[in-house]
Amino acid sequence: MSDAYVVGIDMLKFQKAGTAKSVQDLGGRVALLALQDAGLTIQQMEALYCGNLYQAGAMVGQRILQEIGQTGIPVVNVANACATGATAFREAWMAIQAGAYDLVLAVGVEQMSAGLLGGGGGAKGIPKEGLLGSATMPAVFAEAGQEHARKYGTTFEQFAKVSVKNHHHSTLNPKAMYQIETPLETVMNAEMIAYPNTKLMCSVNVDGAAAAVLASEKKAKELGLMKRAVRIKASVMTSDPWQERDLVMPDVNTCTRNAAKKAYEMAGIGPEDLSLVELHDCFATAEILHYENLLLCGEGEAGRMIDTGAVALGGKIPVNVSGGLLSKGHPLGATGIANIYEVSTHLRGEADKRQVPNARFGLTHVIGLGSACGIHVLEKVA
Amino acid sequence: MASEAAARPLPVVDFLKIPDAGEPYLEGTRCKACGSVYLGERSACSKCGAVGQLEPKRLANEGELYVYSIVHRSFPGVQVPYVSAVVDLKGGGTVKGNLIGIDPSPEKIKMGMPVRVVFQDALGRKDRDGNSYLSYFFEPA
Ligand SMILES: [Zn+2]
Repeated sequence: MSDAYVVGIDMLKFQKAGTAKSVQDLGGRVALLALQDAGLTIQQMEALYCGNLYQAGAMVGQRILQEIGQTGIPVVNVANACATGATAFREAWMAIQAGAYDLVLAVGVEQMSAGLLGGGGGAKGIPKEGLLGSATMPAVFAEAGQEHARKYGTTFEQFAKVSVKNHHHSTLNPKAMYQIETPLETVMNAEMIAYPNTKLMCSVNVDGAAAAVLASEKKAKELGLMKRAVRIKASVMTSDPWQERDLVMPDVNTCTRNAAKKAYEMAGIGPEDLSLVELHDCFATAEILHYENLLLCGEGEAGRMIDTGAVALGGKIPVNVSGGLLSKGHPLGATGIANIYEVSTHLRGEADKRQVPNARFGLTHVIGLGSACGIHVLEKVA
Repeated sequence: MASEAAARPLPVVDFLKIPDAGEPYLEGTRCKACGSVYLGERSACSKCGAVGQLEPKRLANEGELYVYSIVHRSFPGVQVPYVSAVVDLKGGGTVKGNLIGIDPSPEKIKMGMPVRVVFQDALGRKDRDGNSYLSYFFEPA
């Protein structure tokens, strides 16, 4: 089994939810950009793996090919909540690992609507939202953060600092939806959505797309693509194991912990070897939890980690240098590949003002509630 | 054709039981093989996978507040703020619901505080047939 490589990758600048022309237009345009980045064409692709959540029943991958060239290749459409893009990428990786293909395309694309996610009632009886607590995503992740606060005394201010950091990073990323400095007081005094998550501590719903061209080692060498190639050192997916409270309080930790352990083992590196991390900051509270889940710090140390600046650009292990989902935006089906785009850009030394110096290994992470975790470890080649 | 509204309120969720005689209560499922307790019915135990080992278990009305969030923005028509609370019941079972009878403020609400389950009308909500519902809430014990 030889390594697989990212040889072309790109993303569209994320835009306001509901303003994109169509899903297939977004997906088609980003696919062309990724192909162009590799210097390849759709005619050379042997398969397409397409991730999209909200139109999961509607053959999005095939519609993308209508936009850019119907070559008759196999298309696999995947949906896996917020881990959808990472799942499409992983399926592409597996196909190359299995020796089935040498060149494949992975696309993640999503058209969103504004407003709260989650909390939809069933068809039976009466609506339960606001009656049996809340199932909205801000509240679900607020409760997950409060578990950390209960165990370790993590404060509202520490959660808010995550947002300050990621919004600062976004000012260096022209592809982020928002590029606005947000001081601590602004974050803490913003409209409270679900304590302790204020509006500026919730991810932005956006329309967006990202795409990657993956190649086998043999093909990447044959085509002379190794110079800007990024090696996929680990690709891992997990689902939620049983946890006593998981019916009423989704466990956002264990599937990430399990995936992280496997990913480090597969990559043959430890968290201390990472140059940067793009993790699933769907809410500021979530990012704090994932410092520990991804073993970036010890148990109970995440609050202190944000205080020390270790996770900011220039710190020991910069996290979400792109601006994260909090300011870059969170187009569910595209997020996983967009994270891989960010890390790949640093490993290629092409991240301009936000470049993490001498980046060698990077980790990307997404979770989908309901429940899936996808982690990829990437390595600089040249 | 709308059916007649039931004379008695209906339970808001399947795991709220309203006996003909006696007090309403919450019911969980207990696995005889591994001892775990949870809400809802399954084909097999979701912890250990044991088949044919599940039995109904009446849950306690006393518990402790595990975690909470104070919800200030929800869907249209949902009254805010309210406290969304996750409660561990004595003897097993974790339930989520509204914590009432306390200021919705982080200064007042303490994680780990004792709470009790109370049964009341479901905030006046009715279904399309005009049925009213009995719900459960938590209040400080
Ligand atoms: Zn069991």
